[in-house]
Amino acid sequence: MAHTIPLSWYLAISAILFTMGALGVLIRRNPLIIFMSVELMLNAANLAFVAFARSFGVLTGQIFVFFVMTVSAAEVAVGLALIIIIFRSKHSIDVDLMNSLKG
Amino acid sequence: MNLTLILFIILATVAVASAAGLLISRNTVYAALFLVLNFATVAVFYLLLGAPFIALAQVTIYAGAIMVLFLFVIMLLGSERLPRGQVLPWQRPMAIVLAAVLLAEAGFLLFRRLQLTANLTNPEASINTTESLRTLGMTLFNQYLLPFEVTSVLLLVAMVGVIVLTKKEKGEQG
Repeated sequence: MAHTIPLSWYLAISAILFTMGALGVLIRRNPLIIFMSVELMLNAANLAFVAFARSFGVLTGQIFVFFVMTVSAAEVAVGLALIIIIFRSKHSIDVDLMNSLKG
Repeated sequence: MNLTLILFIILATVAVASAAGLLISRNTVYAALFLVLNFATVAVFYLLLGAPFIALAQVTIYAGAIMVLFLFVIMLLGSERLPRGQVLPWQRPMAIVLAAVLLAEAGFLLFRRLQLTANLTNPEASINTTESLRTLGMTLFNQYLLPFEVTSVLLLVAMVGVIVLTKKEKGEQG
C-alpha cells in the first residue's frame, strides 16, 4: 500500500504560493512583475481547485480551472497592451509615475 | 518514504523557491523565467493529482503562450532593469507583515477549522487517461457548453480590445 499525500498538503502549497503572489504585488514596483505575481496567485487558486476536485472526485474543479486559464489569458493580453500604452505616453513604466487620470 | 512523497517534497521546494526568485530578482527576464519554472512544477502537481489535461493546458497556455507574451513585452519595452526610484520606507516591512497575516489566516483555516483528513488516492490507481479525457470533454461540451461559448466571446473581445488600444491614430506622435 503506497503512501498517499493528504489534501491539506496541496492546500498548504497553494496557500504559500498565493501569499507569495500577494507579497509580490505589494512590494514590487515594476508593473510587469506585479502582473506576474497576479498570475502566480491565479495559479495557486487553480492548484486548490484541482486538489479539491480530486478530493471530492468530481470534474467540475478541473473545468473551472480551464475557464480561469482562459480568463487570465485575456487579462494578460489587455494588461500588457495597457502597459505598452503607458510606456508610450510616459516613457517609463514605474507604477509610482501613474498618478494622474489624464494622459 | 515512498516515491510520491519524495517527488511531492522536491516539487514543493522548487515551487516555493522559484516563487521567491520571482519576488527578489532585479532583472525582469529572470523573474519571468522563474515564473515559467513555477508553472512547470505546478503542472507536475496537476499530473500527481490525476489531471493530465489541465497539466498539458498549463504547460501550453501558461508556460507557453502567456509567458512568451510577457517576455515579448519585456524585450519590446527594454525594461529588463528598472532604475530604483525612491522607495516608501514602510512599504516593504508593512507588506511582509500583511503577507504573514494572510498566511497565518490560511494556515488557521486549513489546519484548525476545516480538519481535513481526507487522503488522496494514488493517481495510477484510478486514472485511465483516455477515459478521463473523454469524461472531461463530455462534461465540458454538455453541461458547460454555454460558459464555453461565452469564453470564446471573451477572448474575441480581448483580442479586439488589444488591437484598438495599441493602434496608433493617423498622424499621432508615437
